[in-house]
Amino acid sequence: MSVWSGYLTLILEGALVTLQLTIMGSALALVMAFLAGLGRLSRIFAVRALATTYIEFFRGTSIFVQLFWVYFVLPLAGLTLTPLQAGVLALGLNVGAYGAEVVRGAVKAIGREQTEACVALNLSRYQRMRYVILPQALPLMLPTFGNNAIELLKGTAVVSLISLTDMTFQAQVVRAQTGNTLIPFTMILILYFAMSWTISTAMRWLERRMSRNLDGVRS
Amino acid sequence: MPQPIIRIDNIVKRYGPLTVLDGLSMDVMPGEKLALIGPSGSGKTTILRILMTLETISGGHIQIDGDQLYHMKKGADLVAADEAHLRRMRSKIGMVFQHFNLFPHKCVLDNVTLAPMLTQGVKRGDAEKRAMELLDMVGMADKARSVPAQLSGGQKQRAAIARALALSPKIMLFDEVTSALDPELVEEVLNVMKHLAAETDMTMLLVTHEMGFAHDFADRVLFFDRGKIVEQGKPEEIFRNPKQERTQTFLRKIIAAGHRV
Repeated sequence: MSVWSGYLTLILEGALVTLQLTIMGSALALVMAFLAGLGRLSRIFAVRALATTYIEFFRGTSIFVQLFWVYFVLPLAGLTLTPLQAGVLALGLNVGAYGAEVVRGAVKAIGREQTEACVALNLSRYQRMRYVILPQALPLMLPTFGNNAIELLKGTAVVSLISLTDMTFQAQVVRAQTGNTLIPFTMILILYFAMSWTISTAMRWLERRMSRNLDGVRS
Repeated sequence: MPQPIIRIDNIVKRYGPLTVLDGLSMDVMPGEKLALIGPSGSGKTTILRILMTLETISGGHIQIDGDQLYHMKKGADLVAADEAHLRRMRSKIGMVFQHFNLFPHKCVLDNVTLAPMLTQGVKRGDAEKRAMELLDMVGMADKARSVPAQLSGGQKQRAAIARALALSPKIMLFDEVTSALDPELVEEVLNVMKHLAAETDMTMLLVTHEMGFAHDFADRVLFFDRGKIVEQGKPEEIFRNPKQERTQTFLRKIIAAGHRV
């Protein structure tokens, strides 16, 4: 039993790395989602083009390839990252590209009537976005953001390929050393599920809180 | 001789191949109450939207309160207005919409105070005091903390009127403000507007299908058809004794449809 407790500790340490990757990756993804999503709605062509290129590139290539690029190819250009940095960067940029489309879609879903009311009230472009459009668009983004965060959580498993000791990596280690697959992989199954369940619960709570005033009715 | 507060000079508005306004000119004097009537697609709503800078124009000039709306001086030249110029001009004009366009995520009070606080730098306390006066005037003081989803159509529209008034515009535009309301709620909105017309010297332009209200409210009625002013005059002239055949036909149809004149 004492042998097993050592192995379980190993997996829990891996869970911590997975958690870290998920939180930091999501934070980066969120920033990228807003930058690129609003960038695609910009009046300036160069900004739109840049945002579109970013989104299409990161949605159009696999996270696996992106991770290897960030970790093994960037050093050739003089930029060496730790495995954790590389993981956060690849995951955040990848999921951010999907999030950007969510931001754009939600902003566009707020009717032209709201913008026209803002014009009639003489709000500046920034004020319209900040005080009227985004507060209404945010609750629309949340369910898909929740999905994206869960996708990101599950995507963290690929970082074990660049020798980052996340949960999946540690389960592999335990499996190799004990020859037992059932216990380590059941354990990480439960841990992944617990983490994603926490994300969806938190998102549902946020969603309820933010759309309280809207009551599903737009005026 | 006072100058017109709105001077529309030969404006053209096209949507692709469709010409909505074709060389329209009209003047509005300060304090005048105008009713714009006519069939759908006659261009009357487009004029309000152009004055609120919600549309662009394809040609012509508009002067508001002595300044060009869509143009500005650059040296000796008149060039297309930039956003800063448009915002300066917009501060003179307010608009109330057919579908209210209230901000659904804010309570009535915050709907009213948002723009004064953001665009005129009014402090929250002062903005709320003024908002409560306006809400009281439109009979909505007890609903200040309600969100739009909790209000009836008539209440929403009265809140929207208070919101537009909070910026103290010189010109108010009303775009079919009762068209989206249940019949029994029309009266409460019209009463507010009647009160406004009587109590303030604001210039008011009203697009409406309520002929009875246009008759009571307006100093001058303009009948539009196909992007042109077909006939204009005092309400009693237009409604009792229209000279143009198109005006007569339109009014006959409206009366047949059950609208009171």
